[in-house]
Amino acid sequence: MADYEVPTLTGEGYCEVPAVREDVMKGKGPFIAKPAFQEAMHFPSDFAEIGELVPNWKERALDKMADLKGRYRSLQVFLDICVKCGACTDKCHYFIGTSDAKNMPVARQDLLRKVYRRYFTFAGKYFPKLVGATDLTEDVLKDWYNYYHQCSQCRRCSVFCPYGIDTAEISMAAREILDHVGYGQKYCNEILGKVYKIGNNLGLPGPALFDTVEGLEEDVEDDTGIKVRFPLDEDGAEVLLVTPSADFFAEPHIDGLIGYAKVFHETGVTWTLSTVASEAGNFGMFIGSYETMRRVSLRVREAAIKHKVKRIVFGECGHAWRVAYSFLNTLAGPFDFLDQRYPIPQHILEFTWGHLQAGTLKIDKTENDDKVLTFHDSCNVARGSRMGDAPGGQFEIPRHVIRAVCNNFVDMPADTIHDATFCCGGGGGLLTDDLMEIRVKGAQPRAEALKHVTTHNGVTHMAAICAICKSQFTKVLPYYGFTMDQIVSVHQLVSNAIILQRQVSVQARPDEEEDEDDDA
Amino acid sequence: MTFVSILYGLLFWAATLILVGGVVVKVRQYWNTPAPLKIPTTPAPVTQRGVVWRMFREVVFFQSLFRSNKTLWLFAILFHLSLWLVLIRHSRYFVDMNDFLVFMQPFGRYAGFTMVLGLAGLWARRFLVDRVRYISAPSDHLMLALLIAIGVSGLMMSFVTHTDVTQVKAFFGGLLTFGFFGDEGLPADPIVLIHLLLVALLMIIFPISKLMHAPGIFFSPTRNQVDNPREKRHISGWALELERQGKLYLDELKK
Ligand code: HEM
Ligand code: SF4
Ligand code: SF4
Repeated sequence: MADYEVPTLTGEGYCEVPAVREDVMKGKGPFIAKPAFQEAMHFPSDFAEIGELVPNWKERALDKMADLKGRYRSLQVFLDICVKCGACTDKCHYFIGTSDAKNMPVARQDLLRKVYRRYFTFAGKYFPKLVGATDLTEDVLKDWYNYYHQCSQCRRCSVFCPYGIDTAEISMAAREILDHVGYGQKYCNEILGKVYKIGNNLGLPGPALFDTVEGLEEDVEDDTGIKVRFPLDEDGAEVLLVTPSADFFAEPHIDGLIGYAKVFHETGVTWTLSTVASEAGNFGMFIGSYETMRRVSLRVREAAIKHKVKRIVFGECGHAWRVAYSFLNTLAGPFDFLDQRYPIPQHILEFTWGHLQAGTLKIDKTENDDKVLTFHDSCNVARGSRMGDAPGGQFEIPRHVIRAVCNNFVDMPADTIHDATFCCGGGGGLLTDDLMEIRVKGAQPRAEALKHVTTHNGVTHMAAICAICKSQFTKVLPYYGFTMDQIVSVHQLVSNAIILQRQVSVQARPDEEEDEDDDA
Repeated sequence: MTFVSILYGLLFWAATLILVGGVVVKVRQYWNTPAPLKIPTTPAPVTQRGVVWRMFREVVFFQSLFRSNKTLWLFAILFHLSLWLVLIRHSRYFVDMNDFLVFMQPFGRYAGFTMVLGLAGLWARRFLVDRVRYISAPSDHLMLALLIAIGVSGLMMSFVTHTDVTQVKAFFGGLLTFGFFGDEGLPADPIVLIHLLLVALLMIIFPISKLMHAPGIFFSPTRNQVDNPREKRHISGWALELERQGKLYLDELKK
């Protein structure tokens, strides 16, 4: 299946910490973005072709480093205070899966830190050998490009570091520096270009979206006999739903979207999708660029104003929810024009759980009796955001919803869930075919935990709440002997169990209502 | 008054200046650098009081480290707790004895052993655990060697070759009041001189080394931020400037 060794699972639920090996994952890294993509992103594009650096790259890289450490306290503090205790060394799924020394979080940070020390600290300027400082060379840059694209910015290392040093912050800074010298990543920057031009990561234009939602309405009607609406660009709706574009056609994402639509339908809360903000994901975070992240986020504000909505709800997506929950107010706020009685923004699971508690939804749990579920905590939801009012709501609410719609639920081993969860292996801008090897190997800890509960607890399906997790697992878990359809959306489970009571959507189109009247 | 005493006096003045000045410079840098985004590692406290409690648990109990690695935690706590006890005991050289200090003397005295033990454990890891070996630079080894040397030379004075502590106290009392180096200077005892030389070295490298983790931890955004981004808008000065001027990119800003 692959020209590298796929790790074998033991079913024990945990992976042995491997012995350190060097250069296992040495390589060229993912495809590099061409100048045109860089230009569209407002990054320097004065290099002739892919793989070349901009003129004066060294000064420009160091200038960028100085700029970033002056604007981000995290970067400055984290570069200084690591004591090399090693507590983080066995915590990264990419190290566990590859055993490559440079995939230990602290070693990954050190790639940047040793250059920082060389040029910005007394010890590194005068005693470089003593403190492990090195000059910035082309080889160092290449190492950065390779190994900073083997970090999914999942923040697991940060949980276990005594000072909370977050390698994600270092990776983001490194990628931003690389973007300024001609080493942009093709996958992320091409996608961001599509968001600017078309409105979503997949480059689905407005007409295609209208076709898609129409098709979905027909499907659901065929299935349930009820015309559940999937409103798109409908001004004056109460809720703007911003969801990852994968929800429009990928499996099992789309079943989640159907779930959201059924929940809105039943609650009678009017809602709309938007062609302007037809993407929840924000790859600006992956490349560490505040400016990009802000520009992408401003579309959500624009759509909310344009459609005159009162609330913003986000669909199931991990990194998207981190940006939405933690950063949206910063990047695109203040949202004083929205209804302040609701969280801004709100997660679809908060919305659904609220209505499940209120009893607005009629549920038949037995519809999911063919499954035994477990739940994968998405890294960025678990460690970079919250749901509900209390810390840890991001763990409780998805499980509450699953338990409310399913009879059989089992958690994976404790050190693989909640804030100790393992990333799916495809986050942080790694969900591209040119990074398949690291994606497969990085999924090992999660696959191992899943194997444990499938073997010992009869688990049949794993629910996820992130477009990247879902895409990554459906692609990668087959390498470990699972099947694609073992991954489900949480709202897919809701969709299965919900018994539609409302015969006519509150957002039914006028002609449809006439239809009803004619029939009557 | 010996030449050595004068030299040591000057050395300690310089070391103190570098330690205090250096730490102030670094702390000001951390203070002045904005944190543009809310990045607490969640679940995180939702109130400022909660953050103080979280930080307390990290600083006093090393909570995250405990979750991470029990052996490392044990050595780390052993070393750091002992270090505090030893430091408290040492304060008798700078302030007048009081009941608390009298009470702490024996603890501080034996803490020297646990401190060295903890350090030895930490150093052993740097050889025995392959991952830790890989990430260790020479300076990481030397730092532990330095602290162990300080500890061992201190223990020697306490338990083997007793030194005239009243004379040492007079010396530092003199330094503190700029009354110069006491009437008699330092005892001419090689161990005391080695011990003090190493301590001065430690003070000098403190602000330019990873020892900045002690003040630095209080500035770590993943640990010191309140988890309330939806309730309260968080924005840094440079980001606000983009908004004010209606620009998307920093290089488009008018100064
Ligand atoms: C706010 C006060 C402090 C806190 C919270 C703190 C915390 C920590 C933690 C959690 C570690 C990692 C575990 C370990 O390797 O031991 C560490 C390491 C270390 N600390 Fe501190 N520390 C503090 C003050 C100090 C001071 C004042 C010194 C001065 C000598 C010091 C010296 C060290 C050294 C040398 C290490 C590295 C040990 C090694 O190489 O393994 N610490 N500290
Ligand atoms: S756990 Fe933190 S302090 Fe320790 S080596 Fe890793 S990043 Fe450095
Ligand atoms: S953020 Fe995640 S992927 Fe990156 S180094 Fe830390 S644990 Fe590994």
